[in-house]
Amino acid sequence: MIPIPEVDLGGILPALVLCVGGLIVMVAGSFIPKRAVAFSAIVSLVAVLVAFAVNSPLRMMNRQAFSGLISLDPYSWFCNVLLLIAAGITVLTSVRYLTDDGQELYEYFALLLFATAGMMFMVSANHILVIFIGLETLSISVYVLAGLMPTSPKSREAGLKYLILGGFSSAIFLYGAAFLYGVAGSLSLPAIAKVLQTGAGGKTALVGMGLLLVGFSFKVAAVPFHMWTPDVYEGAPTPLTGYMSVAVKAAAFAVFVRVFFAALGPLQVDWTQILWVLAVLTMVLGNVAALVQNNIKRMLAYSSIAHAGYLIVGMVAGKEAGTSAMLYYLLAYTFTNLGAFGVVALVGRKGEANVMLDDYRGLAASNPVLALAMSIFLFSLAGIPPTAGFMGKFTIFYAAVKAGYIWLVIIGVLTSAVSVFYYFRVVMKMYMEVPEKTPAALQFGPAMILALGIAAVGVMYIGIFPTTYLDLATESVKTLF
Amino acid sequence: MITLQHYLVLSAILFTLGAVGVMFRRNLIVILMSLELMLNAVNLTFIAFSRYLGSVEGQVFVLFTMVVAAAEVAVGLAIAVAIFRQRGTININDINLMKW
Repeated sequence: MIPIPEVDLGGILPALVLCVGGLIVMVAGSFIPKRAVAFSAIVSLVAVLVAFAVNSPLRMMNRQAFSGLISLDPYSWFCNVLLLIAAGITVLTSVRYLTDDGQELYEYFALLLFATAGMMFMVSANHILVIFIGLETLSISVYVLAGLMPTSPKSREAGLKYLILGGFSSAIFLYGAAFLYGVAGSLSLPAIAKVLQTGAGGKTALVGMGLLLVGFSFKVAAVPFHMWTPDVYEGAPTPLTGYMSVAVKAAAFAVFVRVFFAALGPLQVDWTQILWVLAVLTMVLGNVAALVQNNIKRMLAYSSIAHAGYLIVGMVAGKEAGTSAMLYYLLAYTFTNLGAFGVVALVGRKGEANVMLDDYRGLAASNPVLALAMSIFLFSLAGIPPTAGFMGKFTIFYAAVKAGYIWLVIIGVLTSAVSVFYYFRVVMKMYMEVPEKTPAALQFGPAMILALGIAAVGVMYIGIFPTTYLDLATESVKTLF
Repeated sequence: MITLQHYLVLSAILFTLGAVGVMFRRNLIVILMSLELMLNAVNLTFIAFSRYLGSVEGQVFVLFTMVVAAAEVAVGLAIAVAIFRQRGTININDINLMKW
């Protein structure tokens, strides 16, 4: 007799809702040739909102489902909320972009929903198998999304490069998992922790840990595993670039934290040293390379590498203070970067035109509100109060100082000062310079205005009233330890 | 007598060959094959450990890996076809609109 494990669909309901939404989009899209994008966008938004609603019970739960494969806890709740916000804003910023070429690329929304569902499985996983399946669901969807634009050779190239390096990093991640399996005899995170606590494993466990670390570093784009980031971010459709830099990164970091604290906690002394070096390299190289970029998408790509560095500082700081600071930072970064990429998508108009920094000359004169919104996002990325980016950096650096990593914080603050230069260069161009010829008027759609409004209000609100969100983040990480 | 070590060394060699192939081969199809080689090296490691530990979990993992690898290669070949239609080449050196 094979025992049938208890099935608990309630816990994974948010992800299931997104999957159903994606299926509806795929089926219905092929029956409505005209206005398929508008219809799919509405379906996706509804799916995201319903998922948001059915996600809320997770906040009060602290248990495991599916024989310990999935853990339902406040940490999963917080990460799901982050991912749903990112998905919702991305749906809004994408609408116009997908109809520009006269084509109805409604598949985009189905893949976006599937990718988000994969991420939600990933962040609530309690077993490396589920992490792997979620990771691949998300990655394969995003490979296709990055290469989706039919007329753009750059988009195809981005899809290809992401696929090769994504597959490469998945293989490395799996190889690490194989070694941990050899040590622990199981891939469930608590089981690995239990075996490692006894000091068993020795070198094999360290090799496994190192390979997992390399795999995750690829996914979060930490130097020296960042080579794919600028190219993929430049070539992918702009709203999707925002999504990748926010949601994919948030999901990868959420799993990174869960695996390294919940399963590899006994090896913390070893991996903290490696992450210290990675954090320094990532912050320095990301910020310095961003200085010399003329393409705003490439500049924001290097800036997102630099932000991965700040987040790793949070991991080095460790324990509750560091990880809750990371969650708050990810929330702040979600609103900020989606807003910034939304503006880039709006200014970009048709195709990939107008992505150079010089295209932002005189934006304040022609579109003062848009320029103000972009300035808010850039201030937040640079970490200037009273924006959310400032509070995020402050809490992360505060946690690191408390944990005794003074030099790491000094390097972080210095590189952050460097970053002000390239963010303010865009602000300068918008407000101080005059364009050589008058550009065509921007096409504001209601969806885009709503998305940018939500992002701008979010950045200011959680920056000025951070306490609630900091408390939520602290509460969410408690179950991890 | 073939022991666990033999399997681990073999899979390490295969994994390295795959990784070197991804990094140094220029033909897109060969790169995708090298990726498969890496994943299969991992599968071999899982199977070897699974046999050694007498636990079935590793073998279950391998089935999942195979499914995912197939999906990944399907997408990879689709992108390769799309790129070939656009440019008439699948040599990685010629796919360089953006700097690596």
